[in-house]
Amino acid sequence: MVSDPLVLQLAAELFPNGVSRYAVGGLLVGLGAVVIYVGTGIPAGASTFLESTLSYASDQSRFQQYVSSRDWRVVFTFGIILGATLFAATVQSGLVTTSLYEAGTTGQLYEVGGVTLWLTDVQPWRLFAGGILVGIGTRVGKGCTSGHGVCGVGSASRTSLVGVATFLLVAIGTAQLVAALGVSP
Amino acid sequence: MPLILIGGIIFGFGLGFSQMARPEVVLNFLQFDDFGLVFVMFGAAIVTGIAFAVMPRLRSAAPLTGDRYERRLKPFDRNVLVGGAIFGVGWGLSGICPGAAYASLGVGNVTILWALAGMFVGAYIQGYWRSYAANSSPTATRAD
Repeated sequence: MVSDPLVLQLAAELFPNGVSRYAVGGLLVGLGAVVIYVGTGIPAGASTFLESTLSYASDQSRFQQYVSSRDWRVVFTFGIILGATLFAATVQSGLVTTSLYEAGTTGQLYEVGGVTLWLTDVQPWRLFAGGILVGIGTRVGKGCTSGHGVCGVGSASRTSLVGVATFLLVAIGTAQLVAALGVSP
Repeated sequence: MPLILIGGIIFGFGLGFSQMARPEVVLNFLQFDDFGLVFVMFGAAIVTGIAFAVMPRLRSAAPLTGDRYERRLKPFDRNVLVGGAIFGVGWGLSGICPGAAYASLGVGNVTILWALAGMFVGAYIQGYWRSYAANSSPTATRAD
């Protein structure tokens, strides 16, 4: 029963911001990957860009294997940035209004040339140190949240399912530990 | 290439819309304050799952590249666990993963450049190390 007050209360606690904006965003993320897959047969991943782009600057044999794919990966990454900017210029700026968008209480909103932008409050050292581990981990582990999480899980790949379970559990443990140590944000 | 750009734009717009481009939202999920984020990953995986299952039956090869439609399958080895665990610590510490980091830059979060710089440093460290390992042991099989 959906009208059961206990169920509703539980849902409100688990999903304080509802699920619609997440689900719609997720469908769009999937759609973006599908557009590329249907046209090119490529299961897109975001993290290989880190290595393929290094092949422009480094002769290390590890990076040279990505020379053939590095150009489209730059385009893909540029597209992700552009798409997010498009979101900022429309929904985040209030040009397009939807009940699914809330400005939220995290981070800071600021405005440049009529476009509402957003800035994180998470401390730079966390971003930098975490970034280094993300850079090592996604490359050693053969994928990140888009490669393993979206395309790999979509492929029902057992490797990806194990990979996702691993990084999800470790990330939950890490985030809980960091929060318990009083680091915020 | 234009198609990849369009796909990337939809992908990035989705990351912005779901607010996964905000590290705080990811951290709130990992700290069990808001479970909504699971809908992003599973919503996306369901959409790709349908395409990965259906496309090989409709056509034998992709129109633009001539590549065969295949699922994303990678061989399993210990690296998946080791790398996954290292990535997990980084993700839990920073609240950001590569795709969301690019999108985060797009919504104006210039602070995320710290994370992007870190990711390149990390990717370079493992690339340097693995190139070295590959050169010093010619019998080693290609990693992935």
